[in-house]
This record gives sequence, structure tokens and C-alpha cells, in this order.
Amino acid sequence: MSRELNYVDAIREALFQAMEADPSVFMIGENMRGDIRPESRGLYTRFGDDRVIDMPISEAAFTGFATGAALAGGRVIVEFQVSSLIYPAFDQLVNQAAKLPYMLGGQRFLPVTYLIMGAGAGGGRAGQHSDNPYPYFLHAGIKSVFPTTPADAKSLMLAAIAEDDPVAVFAPVGVYGTKGPVPEEPVVAPLGQAVVRRPGADVTVVAGGPHALQAVALAEKLKGEGISIEVWDPLSLLPLDKAGLEASVNKTGRLVIFDDSNRTCGFAAEIAGLAAERCFHALKAPIKRVTRADMVIPYSTPIETEVLATVDRLEAAVRAVMA
Amino acid sequence: MPTPVDPPSDLDPEISRYRLMQLIRRFEEMAVDLTRGGEIQSAVHVGTGQEAIAVGVCAALGPDDVITSTHRGHGHILAKGGDPARMLAELLGRETGYNKGRGGSMHIADIDLGIYGANGMVGAGAPMACGAAFMFKTRAERHVAVPFFGDGAMNQGVLLESFNLATMLNLPVVFVCENNGYAVTTPIAEVLKGSILERARGFGLAVEAVDGMDVRAVQAAAERAVARARDGGGPGFLECATYRYEVHNVSAGSNWADERDAAERQEGRARDPIERLATQLIAEGRWSAVDRAQVDAEVESELEGGLGFARNSRRPDPSAAYDFMYARDYAGLPARGVDE
Ligand SMILES: Cc1ncc(C[n+]2csc(CCOP(=O)(O)OP(=O)(O)O)c2C)c(N)n1
Ligand SMILES: [Mg+2]
Repeated sequence: MSRELNYVDAIREALFQAMEADPSVFMIGENMRGDIRPESRGLYTRFGDDRVIDMPISEAAFTGFATGAALAGGRVIVEFQVSSLIYPAFDQLVNQAAKLPYMLGGQRFLPVTYLIMGAGAGGGRAGQHSDNPYPYFLHAGIKSVFPTTPADAKSLMLAAIAEDDPVAVFAPVGVYGTKGPVPEEPVVAPLGQAVVRRPGADVTVVAGGPHALQAVALAEKLKGEGISIEVWDPLSLLPLDKAGLEASVNKTGRLVIFDDSNRTCGFAAEIAGLAAERCFHALKAPIKRVTRADMVIPYSTPIETEVLATVDRLEAAVRAVMA
Repeated sequence: MPTPVDPPSDLDPEISRYRLMQLIRRFEEMAVDLTRGGEIQSAVHVGTGQEAIAVGVCAALGPDDVITSTHRGHGHILAKGGDPARMLAELLGRETGYNKGRGGSMHIADIDLGIYGANGMVGAGAPMACGAAFMFKTRAERHVAVPFFGDGAMNQGVLLESFNLATMLNLPVVFVCENNGYAVTTPIAEVLKGSILERARGFGLAVEAVDGMDVRAVQAAAERAVARARDGGGPGFLECATYRYEVHNVSAGSNWADERDAAERQEGRARDPIERLATQLIAEGRWSAVDRAQVDAEVESELEGGLGFARNSRRPDPSAAYDFMYARDYAGLPARGVDE
């Protein structure tokens, strides 16, 4: 059964269903007690303070706490209310949780989900609240997903919780307001599987989150001009559906990556590298990347917009590869 | 693998503690020799002189209790029941090592024994101990978690955050600070203001200072703190004053001179915890020099056996390098260094 849900409500439904289904699942994060955050509203009241723990503003310690709890048999969801709150916890994420199972020689694995809310620029949130920090995680080998629609949000959240490894769920602020059909049942999406959001013949646009939706809109707009865009949404950034990417680029022969993380060593760089290695002979034009600038995101709208990955630049890039 | 040598169960428990301290001492001296001789790659941090803390604290713990350790962790691991043969195998990078050759000295762990790992990052184990303690508490198990750390760690935010977490959640945790007076070459008094004990007290921990060169004193203090934590009485904190005999770390290439004052070093060694317990036991008429020599000989042969086991074990095959990154791999994950 499907009904329409808002993106954040879909995340909350996944949290409720995962916690109902498995008593070893518990969630930690800031301001849980107040039941005020839309993604966690009602959880504290429903599951109590043994399973929904209102944490102090100690990101490093509560991230390590999740690691230790997982070693002791827990399945833990750690919420970061804003994407940049991962930075105070960086050692515990990339140097502890991401490395521990390997260094243990596989004695234990860590079923921990990092729910990272508020990813990306949301308009006037300035330098410390606008990051899309997934490249750091991908670089560190932390499994990561970037759900675009409410249905993706629910099914990938459930997939992350079910996985026996740390998985980061990046929830982009740019799609919070969207609504869409979401199955009531707890459908678990596979990791490492992309979706072709809109099939096309001439150019592959790789984009996730709000940028995937913008790319679809652009595809509609350019359809009349005879430019057929395929929007390829990775959904799962690590593992990445490399075979799916290869198939799309081999089909269209053109690739534009539309990604709102930093340019240098960013996600788009990795996609471009892969396509260059795997699809070189199918390419009819140089690969193009439309990313945010390697800049601190400014506060004021005109300069904020200037440095972000915008759909106007995507359009220009698509036209350029089609020329 | 040689079967771990369990001391005879009718052994006076204090003699077992002597034996364990001696085992740690000789294990670490062996590790230093193997490092200087180039058989152990990179470096080891040894805690010769600090054995009484590991042994005294772990004497207060049961098999289901958990510890987290530090870069200077061999003693904690042995005291919690770690098998010296598998530890030596790890130090030599062998497949039979605790971490299958994937960790080395600073990462030895045996989760089944409640050893949640040595750790290369100062202070980093403490929040994990809190997480384990939380699981014990919510499952109504009467286990405790004990993070070990040095005086230098008292300046790490994550450790101070963990103190607060432990008191906030009333966790069964006993924090154990091994104060050897130095963080690498820096005297702790130069970089830590206020006092270690007062800092811990400020977070609401039940604190106690103890002579970390006296295994009886350490054990007694640990038993008090562990019993309180186990009974739901809240987290505790032990500051154990100790002295490290070796330089901060030993590596094959370097001949790091000990910059510490010679008189101070001599004073430190004069407080030797192993001699102290042996002298006490003999003076109390519970032991003899002959018995001691026999225990020492047993320790030597256990370590020789362990080293033989390690040396005869295989190094991991290159093709196994990618194993254990994830519970579940996917196509292309972990990515290799060339695209396939
Ligand atoms: C977070 C962090 N910072 C710095 C280091 C480098 N380092 C390794 S051991 C050490 C000194 C630690 O001192 P202390 O906690 O007193 O332990 P001790 O070495 O005396 O046993 C330092 C600075 C590290 N490993 N981790
Ligand atoms: Mg020290």
C-alpha cells in the first residue's frame, strides 16, 4: 500500500518500523527528549529512554559510544542534526568505526547507521551549515546513501539499519519539503543500486537528491529541442552501481555530472574518473562536471547561488556536450 | 596454537598476580628485543614498570567485563586473559595473530575476552567503553567496562565528554588513568592545569588516587570502584601513579635517548611493582625464592613457546588483504587500486 508522505516523515516511519521490528535497535542523538525534531518526533515517547537516548552535545563521544555498543551487540542509529556536526566526531568516524572491524581481523562488524540530516545548501545557511560532506565518507570507505525521494528515504534508511556495517544516510535539506508515494510496508532497498530516474538517449546526467529532481525538470525542458537526457541517480554512493553507470554512459556516449559537493576530489571527480576508465571509447564528447565551487558557502543569496551547482550551469554543460 | 598456560588453580592468587606481572614484563622486554632486532616492523610502546595497574585492575574484573586499552596496551591485554602466543604472532604480522596481521601492537583485541582493543588514538577507547557499559545496563547484565588511558589523555576532549556521558547515564564504567608523569617527552604538569583527580571529580565521578606501583593497593581500589559500578552505584575513576621504564616508544631504526632525569629514573625503578610483591610474599612466609625462580622459569618457557608459535606461523597471503573491510562486500567494494 502506497500513500503520499513527506520526505522527513518517510525517514521517521523507517525509524519507527525498524525499532518496532528489532528490539536491539536503538537511537541516539541530540534533543531526543523533546520529541521536537520532525525525523524523530514521537520516538522518545514510544520507545522510552532505554532506546532513544538524548545525548549531550558531545558528537565525538556519542559516535564512539555507538561503536562500543555495537561491539557489545547493539544495532545503533546515530543522528547528526546537521551535516557539519560530523566534524567534531571525525576521529571516531573515519579512524575508529571505519577501521575497527578490519583491524580486528573481522572479529566483529559494526551495525551502526549515521543519519546525517541537513546535508547541502538550503539557502542562507552559510559556511558551517551547508556542506555536502559525503566525499569525506566515501574516501574513508564508509558506506553511504543519498536518498532522493521519500520512498528512497524510507527504503534506504531501512537498508542502512539492516546492514552489519556502518552506513551513512545523507538527507539533503533540498528535498525535505517534497512529497511522494511511500509503501507502508518496510521495503528495504538494496545498496549499490542506482535508478534511472528518466531514461534518455543523448547524454547521461549523474545527479542525486534535489539535483536529480532539477535534472529531470531540465530533461523535460530540453526534450522539445530534441535533446534526450538520461538522469542517472546513484542513490547509493558507496557501494556505487558502477555497472549501471557504465551501461548508461556507453548508451548515451556523453556524461555530465551534476553534484553539489566540492569539486576537488569530490564525488563528481570519482564518477568522471570511472567513466573515463571504463567508457572512453564510447564517449563522443569530453566529460563535464557541474559542481559547487571549492568555496566556503556564503550567506547572502546572490553570492551563495554563484558558488553552488546550479541548473543553469547544468543546462549549459548539456548544450556544450551536445554541440 | 599452543594451549594457553593457565596457572594451576590452587596457586595463591597473589602468586598468580606476580606471575602475570612477570609475564607482562618479560613479554614486553621480548617485544623490545624483537623490535630492535628488526623482527617486529615499526614500533612498540611498552609499559614496563606499569604492570601493577593492568594486573590489579583486571584482578577485579570477570570474563564478561570489558576493557579498552591504549597504544601502550600489551599489559592490559595479557592481564585480561590475552594469549601471549597470539599476541606475539600479531606483533610479527602473522595470520595467527589476534588481528590476523591487520593491526599490530597498537590494535590487539579479543572481543570474546572483553578486550575491545588497544588503540592508536589517545583517549579514543573511552566512549566505546561507555557504549558497551550502556548495553550491559539496558540488558540488566552486571558487567562493567574499564577504559585505560594515560595522563596525557586527560587533555583529550573525547575523554572528558565520556566522563560526562558515564555520569549522565549512570553507567557501570571505571575509568583508569595511568599517570606515568609524561605524555611522550612532555612532563604532564607542564600541560595539564588544575588536577587530574579534581577534573574527574568535577564530572561527578567517584574518584580515588592510588599507588600504581602497588598491585595490592590497585586491586583493592579497583574492587571498590568495580563493585560500586556493578551495583549501579555509578561510574568511578582511579588515578594510578606509576612510572614507565622505557622510552616512549621503541622502533627498529631509532635510538631514542631517554631525556628524563637519571635520578628520577632510578627512583622510578626503585618502586618496582614486581619486586615489591615478591618481597612482600616472601616476607609474609607465603613464598620462597626457589618458588619464585620456578615461576619465572615457567614464564620464560611460555614466552619461548609463544615466540616459536609466532615464528612458525604464516604471514597473510596478499590475496587476503581485502578480507574483513566489511561484513558485506559488493561489486567494486572495497575498490582495488586499479579498476577491474
Ligand atoms: C589523539 C592523539 N594525539 C596524539 C597522539 C600521539 N601520541 C601517541 S602516545 C602520546 C602520549 C600519550 O600520553 P599518555 O596519555 O600520558 O600515555 P603514555 O604514553 O604516557 O602511556 C601521544 C601524544 C595520538 N596517538 N593520538
Ligand atoms: Mg603518560
